[in-house]
Amino acid sequence: MAYSKVLMDHFKSPHNQGTIANADGVGEVGNIRCGDIMKIYIDVDKNDKGADYLKDVKFETLGCAAAIAASSVLTDLAIGKTLDQALAITKDDIVKVLENVPPLKYHCSILAEEGLKKAIEEYKQRKN
Amino acid sequence: MKQIYFDNAATTAVDPKVLEAMLPYFQEHFGNASSLHSYGQTAQGAVDEARDKVANYLKCKSQEIIFTAGATESNNLVIQGIVNYLSQNNKSLHIITSKIEHPSVLEVFRFLEKQKLAEVSYLDVDQFGLISIEKLKKTIKSNTVLVSIMYANNEMGAIQPIQQVGELIKKVRTERGAKSLPLYFHVDAVQGLNYLDCEVDTLGADALSASGHKIHGPKGIGFLYLRAGVKVRPVNYGGHHEYNLRPGTLNVPAIVGLGKAVELVKNYKNKNVIKIKKIKEALINDLKKIDNIRFNGPENGCQLPNIINVSFLKAEGESILMMLDLAGIAISTGSACSSGSLEPSPILTAMGIKPEWSHGSVRVSLSKFNSLPEVKVFVQELKIAIAKLRKMAP
Repeated sequence: MAYSKVLMDHFKSPHNQGTIANADGVGEVGNIRCGDIMKIYIDVDKNDKGADYLKDVKFETLGCAAAIAASSVLTDLAIGKTLDQALAITKDDIVKVLENVPPLKYHCSILAEEGLKKAIEEYKQRKN
Repeated sequence: MKQIYFDNAATTAVDPKVLEAMLPYFQEHFGNASSLHSYGQTAQGAVDEARDKVANYLKCKSQEIIFTAGATESNNLVIQGIVNYLSQNNKSLHIITSKIEHPSVLEVFRFLEKQKLAEVSYLDVDQFGLISIEKLKKTIKSNTVLVSIMYANNEMGAIQPIQQVGELIKKVRTERGAKSLPLYFHVDAVQGLNYLDCEVDTLGADALSASGHKIHGPKGIGFLYLRAGVKVRPVNYGGHHEYNLRPGTLNVPAIVGLGKAVELVKNYKNKNVIKIKKIKEALINDLKKIDNIRFNGPENGCQLPNIINVSFLKAEGESILMMLDLAGIAISTGSACSSGSLEPSPILTAMGIKPEWSHGSVRVSLSKFNSLPEVKVFVQELKIAIAKLRKMAP
């Protein structure tokens, strides 16, 4: 099981790690049994066209190197996207960026995808 | 960057004296130990000498040592061998092991169980990772033919009460009488060989497995001690080598290396244990200064001198391992992420340790080649890694 250089770079210096005070949505996924817990924070704003978009995304993760790297990549992919575009992000998009993710570590990318979806869902519920 | 190797329970560096002893047997004395000419006889002589060295350490007869490719093979040979031999004339056999054995024992038991060749009992361990003699006593039945218990655990270093098991087995055997089924005691001594008393009569062991590479010998070589009179059916066929029990051309250089490594253990064991214990004590004292940690395994007396298993809350084991690796330090972890499954270490789980602790567990395993100054560097880097990971955790 060798991690790619990209994955290790994200692990060493993760992007957008931290929290957002008064976040518009928070998605917490994973459980202590599998060992990974991920919390995705989103800050939503309106773009020029008046659509909701992710102005900022941050993460907190307790987990392995692949989980931390997947969280980091997810934030990169999500920031600047409209909510609809963000909801279309899948684990495969994350795996593609990370290159050579060991099969057993796919679930880390699934978690990241689910975490974002959950955060957006929470935002939508609040809004309604 | 200075490298620190703290993963000696996984494998060890070959001792220079071992390497030196091995080298002539690659090109100069390369003969096949089965050949009658002088090339063969020189090789055979070296094998005999190595066998004597191992026998001398175990205080057994040289003919009771079978060289194998390592403890995994030794464990397979003795466990499958005993059950396969006895199942030829007996319908229902019962065998016993513990829940914290190495996979090379546990999976052989599971295989035999699945094949319906034997009924299996898996002994629980307590919170310290130790089996109970009382429970074992109650588990032994009239058709129990094999008890296999590891000498010391590879993950958290618990030393099992092997002598007491040996005594119990002897007692049961005497009560059974000569005409009934045999009852054998096998000890997987891989982690114990370097540091513990391995005299087979003291332990009451009928069989004992070990590997060369855990004691500063080469990889791909090990042995099985098999007490005279214990009948096993071979796993492999195709040669008369090793008393018809383990066919295949002998790996002479590795056997020579194993013999030398065992000799070095015998001569320097006490000295090495004192040195390693000092390093371990310093390490534990420094680790205790980190908050939200727990040590896994028994108290000092019942734990191997070279193993520490410690858990950190809110820091995942594999991440700790990777961060330390970036700092040039090698350790090991029992976290799910490194185990090939999503479950945390089955050994820590068997001890009743909760997932939030077992996911953050790391194993530090020392050797005679480690030093006190390494402890300082290690703890410093570890603190940085833990702080960084905890800061990232929700």
